[in-house]
Amino acid sequence: MNFGSGTRTRVVKADMKWYELTKAGNIYEPGNANSYETGDWRSIRPVWIEDRCIHCLFCWRYCPDASVIAKDGKFEKFDYKHCKGCGICAKVCPRNAIDMISEDEIEKAKEANKDEN
Amino acid sequence: MATLKELSKVEERFVGGHRLCAGCGHGITVRMILNAAEGYNVVVGCATGCLEVASTIYPYTAWKCSFIHNAFENAGATISGVEAAYKALKRRGKVNEEFKFIAFGGDGGTYDIGLQSLSGAMERGHNMVYVCLDNEAYMNTGIQRSSATPTGADTTTSPAGKVIPGKQQPRKDLTAIMAAHNIPYVAQTAIHNWQDVHKKARKALEVEGPAFINVLSPCPRGWRYNTPDIVEITKLAVETRFWPLFEVENGKWKLNYKPKKYVPIEEFLKPQGRFRHLFKPGNEHLIKALQEEVDNRWLALLERCGETPELPPR
Ligand code: SF4
Ligand code: SF4
Repeated sequence: MNFGSGTRTRVVKADMKWYELTKAGNIYEPGNANSYETGDWRSIRPVWIEDRCIHCLFCWRYCPDASVIAKDGKFEKFDYKHCKGCGICAKVCPRNAIDMISEDEIEKAKEANKDEN
Repeated sequence: MATLKELSKVEERFVGGHRLCAGCGHGITVRMILNAAEGYNVVVGCATGCLEVASTIYPYTAWKCSFIHNAFENAGATISGVEAAYKALKRRGKVNEEFKFIAFGGDGGTYDIGLQSLSGAMERGHNMVYVCLDNEAYMNTGIQRSSATPTGADTTTSPAGKVIPGKQQPRKDLTAIMAAHNIPYVAQTAIHNWQDVHKKARKALEVEGPAFINVLSPCPRGWRYNTPDIVEITKLAVETRFWPLFEVENGKWKLNYKPKKYVPIEEFLKPQGRFRHLFKPGNEHLIKALQEEVDNRWLALLERCGETPELPPR
């Protein structure tokens, strides 16, 4: 039996046999949790109001999920694939430049737009 | 001191996609520490706990660096072993790069279960940093009291009810225990003051030999406060002197922050569901006792730090 013969975590699938898994459950791709999306946990979403932002990056510092993306030392965008909607960024923002909006409202607005078209 | 502008350009080594609860303090703390480790290759080890189970669910890892998990009770031994192996390989010319070694443990894995392993690693003088992410109970298994849980807190194994009003025992002062190991660097910090966390992480990584940092890392589920208020809650812990910021460098104690005025402990307790029962009529004496404990510990700390032992002005 070739126990733990795999070396690529990429090919690990739910229906694999135990002996096809990686040796000792090792994971060979650093940071591959990035391909796991936690954004669907969110019930409220942070929305950035650009003209209020002073790019202090407190939101970046206090996001537990690395979901405030900064570029060249400035706020760039939210990573909605991973943001869990905890609301910390909105709370620490000194300029009220982040609104927390209900995902349901956003869904409803989308639906309404669809009906009109 | 680096600015956030500069720090935000450092590569993220604890990536999104981990499965810590929304608003968990650990995500913030680990990001701060690894951000401060800028410029170093790091090997991270974790004790079993929230951080470990949420960041390494097979076949995913949130760590963009070498990572090792062994068991609940031996993060100290595991990382010290990796460090010793690294030194041996380096001597033989099999590894040439420079590495730093960081262990993370929760209060369960550090104050209680992993204490002997941590103590041994510190005493043997390994070149490593141990970071305790203290959220004051066993949160991973559903909020059981630990020796870090404050007196009076409601947990599932110290339930506030007719028989007892929450945890009955005082909390262990782990930072002082670590200082008693006479290692080069020991510090206590909290995330509302990111500069303090950053500075201490940097110092801990730079010293030759073992270093220990105790970080207050709130848990919205176990403490039952409004999730977005994490920075405020942590700040109140420091302003009420419940969680003083200090460091012990080569045996010399130094206080890093002195509140300007006397903030009563109620301010820290009130926003948290785990202390709600303390505010019921008839329980005033419990809060009074807690206040006395905080004040006494504060005075003792000031004395150790060579400051005049006095309470802040009311
Ligand atoms: S905290 Fe607010 S002002 Fe600061 S960078 Fe973020 S959005 Fe902009
Ligand atoms: S809501 Fe929470 S997870 Fe989302 S970007 Fe803000 S701080 Fe990060």
